[in-house]
Amino acid sequence: MSPVLRLPPAARAVVAGDRRALARLISAVEDRDPAAVASLKALYARTGRARIIGITGPLGVGKSTLINRLIELLRARGLKVGVVAIDPSSPFSGGSVLGDRIRIEKAQGDDGVFLRSMASRGHAGGVASATREVCRLLDAFGMDIILVETVGSGQVDVEIRDIASTSIVVLVPHLGDEVQTLKAGLFEIAEVFCVNKSDLPGAETATRDLSELAALGTDRDGWRPTVVPVSAQAGTGVETLWAAVEAHETFLNADGRRDRGERRRLAEEVVGLVRERVGRELTGSMDRDRDMGSLLDRVAARAIDPHSAADRLYRELRRSG
Amino acid sequence: MPRAATAPSPIRVLIAKPGLDGHDRGAKVVARALRDAGMEVIYVGLRQTPDDIVRSAIEEDVDLIGLSILSGAHMALLPRVVKLLKARKASDIPVFAGGIIPDEDARSLRRVGIKAIFGPGATLEEIVTTARRLARPRS
Repeated sequence: MSPVLRLPPAARAVVAGDRRALARLISAVEDRDPAAVASLKALYARTGRARIIGITGPLGVGKSTLINRLIELLRARGLKVGVVAIDPSSPFSGGSVLGDRIRIEKAQGDDGVFLRSMASRGHAGGVASATREVCRLLDAFGMDIILVETVGSGQVDVEIRDIASTSIVVLVPHLGDEVQTLKAGLFEIAEVFCVNKSDLPGAETATRDLSELAALGTDRDGWRPTVVPVSAQAGTGVETLWAAVEAHETFLNADGRRDRGERRRLAEEVVGLVRERVGRELTGSMDRDRDMGSLLDRVAARAIDPHSAADRLYRELRRSG
Repeated sequence: MPRAATAPSPIRVLIAKPGLDGHDRGAKVVARALRDAGMEVIYVGLRQTPDDIVRSAIEEDVDLIGLSILSGAHMALLPRVVKLLKARKASDIPVFAGGIIPDEDARSLRRVGIKAIFGPGATLEEIVTTARRLARPRS
C-alpha cells in the first residue's frame, strides 16, 4: 500500500475522511474525467475490505424503503454504510430524476452513512458504468458495507452480479405465477430473495413458490437461495433478511469461493476496460482515417460484408499495436 | 462557463422543500422540467431541514440547489441554508428559490446570497434558462 503522502491530493482527502472530496471524486469518476483515473489507481490497494451487497428487483417493490431499514440495522451494529442508488437517465433528454433519498431518510445527519444517487447515463443492465468504481471509492473512504440499489430492474438487468458479492432480489406478492420463477435472468442471480410487503395477501404463496424454486437447486456453487418475507414499511423480517445475507457471506469465505468470485468479477472488469478503449479507438479511427471510411462505404454498398470488414480492422489493430 | 445540457457531464441539481408546508406540486413540476432539459435532478421532497439540504447537496456534489417554499418561513430558512453552505466550505454551490415570496423579502434574500427567486408567474422556460446560467462550473 502506498503511503498516504504519495497519493494524488483528491485521493488523499478521501482517505482522510473528507466527505466533499469524496463526493467530488465520485462526480469525476462518473464524468470519466481522466484525472480521476489516477486517484482510482492509487486507491485500489486500499480497497477490497468492504462488503458490497446488491439490492435489485422491479420498480415499486420497496428497494429504497428496505435500504432505509438495513441502514438502521447496520448502524445499530456500529457498521459504516455506503449507499449507491441508481435511477434511469432519460433516453430522450439524458436528464434524470433521482428520488431515492426521499425514502432513505436514515442516511440523514449521520456521518457513518454516505448516500450517493447515480443516473444510469445510458448504461443498460441495471447499474451505471461507473457504479463499481464508485463502490471502490466508498470502500477506500472506510465504509464497511456498501448497499447498491439498482434501477427498477427488468428480467435481464443482472449486471449487479458483477459488482456485489451477495445479491438480494426484492419481490412482492402477485408479481406472477410460479412459471415466472423458472425464467432465466433476474430470478437466477438471487442469493437471497426478499418477499417485501409481506403483510399483503398472497405473500405466503409468493414465499412458497420462491422456496420451491430455491429447493430445485440450480447449481450456484452449492448455495441454495434463501427466501425471507419482509415488511420494510413495518420493519418486520429485516433482521432475518440480514442474517441470510451474512450466511451467504460466510459461505463465500469457505473453499476459496470468495476469491473465485472476485477473480471472475475482476476478469470481467479488466476485459471490459480493454473493450471500452479499443472500441473508442476504432470508432475514432473510422471518423478520421480515410481508408477506414472507404471500408465502411464498401460495406454500405454490399461490396464487402461486416464480418470481413471486422476481420480486416482487427488485423490492422493488432499490427499497429 | 455554464455547461450545455448535452455535455457529457450533466448539470446536477438538488430540488428540496425546506420547512413544513406540504405543497410539493410546484417542486415536482420544476424537477420534471429540469430533467427534460437534460439535468440530473436529485429530488428530496418535503420537510427538509437546512442541515439535511446542505448535507444532501454536498454528498450529491450538485452544481445548484433549488428550494421551493410556500409556508412563509422563507426569511428564516433560506438564509440558514446559505449560511450552512458557507460554514461547510460549499458556498460555491448557488441557491435559487421559488414560492410565495413578497418583493421586499426577495430583495433581502438576494442580498444574503439567494441567486434567483421565482414567483407564481414564472415560466418553466425561465427557470430552466436561469438554472443553466447559475449552475456551478465543474472544476
